[in-house]
Amino acid sequence: MATSAVAAPTSAARGTPIPRSSRDRSERVVKSVLLSFSLLSIVTTFSIVVVLGIEAWEFFTGFPDKPGIGLVPFLTGTEWSPLLGGEQKFGVLPLICGTLLVTVIAGAFALPIGLVTAIFLSEYAPSRLRLVLKSALEVLAGVPTVVYGFFALAVITPALQRFSDAFGTWNALSAGLAVGIMILPIVCSLSEDALRAVPQSLRDGSSALGGTKFDTSVKVVLPAALSGIMASFLLALTRAIGETMIVALAAGSLAQITMNPSNQVQTMTGWIVAIFTGDAQANSVEYASSYAVAATLFLMTLALTLAGTAILKRFREEYE
Amino acid sequence: MTMMSPMQTNPTTAAATMPGTAEPISIRAAGFDGFYGSFQALKGISLDIPRNQVTAFIGPSGCGKSTFLRWMNRMNDTIAGARASGTLTLDGEDILARSVDVVDLRRRVGMVFQRPNPFPKSIFDNVAFGPRLHWRHSRADLEDLVEQSLRSAALWNEVKDRLHASALGLSGGQQQRLCIARAIAGGPEVLLMDEPCSALDPKSTASVEELIRELRTAYTIVIVTHNMQQASRISDRTAFFFEGSLIEAGQTETLFTNPKSKQTEDYVTGRFG
Repeated sequence: MATSAVAAPTSAARGTPIPRSSRDRSERVVKSVLLSFSLLSIVTTFSIVVVLGIEAWEFFTGFPDKPGIGLVPFLTGTEWSPLLGGEQKFGVLPLICGTLLVTVIAGAFALPIGLVTAIFLSEYAPSRLRLVLKSALEVLAGVPTVVYGFFALAVITPALQRFSDAFGTWNALSAGLAVGIMILPIVCSLSEDALRAVPQSLRDGSSALGGTKFDTSVKVVLPAALSGIMASFLLALTRAIGETMIVALAAGSLAQITMNPSNQVQTMTGWIVAIFTGDAQANSVEYASSYAVAATLFLMTLALTLAGTAILKRFREEYE
Repeated sequence: MTMMSPMQTNPTTAAATMPGTAEPISIRAAGFDGFYGSFQALKGISLDIPRNQVTAFIGPSGCGKSTFLRWMNRMNDTIAGARASGTLTLDGEDILARSVDVVDLRRRVGMVFQRPNPFPKSIFDNVAFGPRLHWRHSRADLEDLVEQSLRSAALWNEVKDRLHASALGLSGGQQQRLCIARAIAGGPEVLLMDEPCSALDPKSTASVEELIRELRTAYTIVIVTHNMQQASRISDRTAFFFEGSLIEAGQTETLFTNPKSKQTEDYVTGRFG
């Protein structure tokens, strides 16, 4: 062999070789640990769904000692009065109406404001101001929702009452606005991420054609980021539908079909809280109704999530 | 109709022509300095760019050729700390003045970038983007304008049946020709091209180069390129930049075959760079 200035590494000659069986064994261990942890989360999710399903099934089809409510009367009934004396009525529509009213108010407040803020942060704000506003939003995102509920009762409702006598202590508008404030950071921060993900080259292309900053933001960046923005909207609305503490405190406890935001409403989550904070006997029909309501709520948010995924897939933007 | 706002006109340079020829000057730089913060990227550039010719900027990376290009439509405005001094005019009108309507300047001076950057919109909407910013057209006029622009960019026959399909479905070379169509749809006088073929394969490069040669009859073209063969193939005049200075400029053939400067000779013969 010719002498070479570069010495070949000699560690292969010095060490003991690691046998293949030992490598394979550690691979197998790692794989099974990873698998069991991922299974754990799947199993948890599934058991929750199964419990919801079983209990709701009993509510619909019948208990050992009394008849069930039935799926159709539950889904189409316009009266929800399980606790009042006399005949118990389990029509879920008033609860859905309350939930939707609060969600619509929250969305009408938070989606436009959140999107405009996101555009400002991503396209206009100087970097220092952007940092300050971002941290303010992060603080907002960290506030426990019970504080928002309290804020709705102590600040928003009195303010609304100054404008109109129609507003009682509990009303949908106050709760909806508080939920809106709660979801604002979600809309804002996710939309901003989507806007900032749009490549600079598209902004340059637009300015080079004579587009102003506004032209660029609204005609190029915003449409390019639309799928991400839609996803942020859906996620925020899903959070609004599932929000519990704010509506339990501020929306009221009277389930009714109304579109008037000064009325008090009970949401689906509000009902479940009411049941589990002691208004109902365990194993009573009204207790079981909370499972049916929870299952309905779950299906609604699931539908929204699926819609969100579908929108993302359908409108996924590829920039190059 | 939104028309251009009057730019400051300097009567002494307005009717300037190339020395020794009858070519009118489109863009003229005299004693032009460009800075990024305290770094001087361009040092005392004096250069006349004749109308309806292709002028190529060559030079090693970081020599300031792209920076110079980006001053011609004030794209450097968006970069914090970028400033310039000296003279830079378009048809005798000051480009650098504060009072210049940058939107109008960019309508008159179109730009094509290194990487194709079509908007994630339809082919039609990409081409119509510039016209829609500056004018109100009837739908028929707009369709006509889009067709004309795509024809000028030698893309019409390939896309006429899918004008409303996404521009992102086009190949790289088609995308770059779409970007050229988009740039000319607004009716510019000058086209700036910043290494427009560097992200393209040889076949697409050939089609874009052919297009550039054809476009010169209607537009003044300034092209930055790393590729000296490309400069010699497509340009009428060439300017060689080195470390922020303009070393030599002249007829492309002369500059490549009989350069005055030793540095130019070394660069064009591939001895460095």
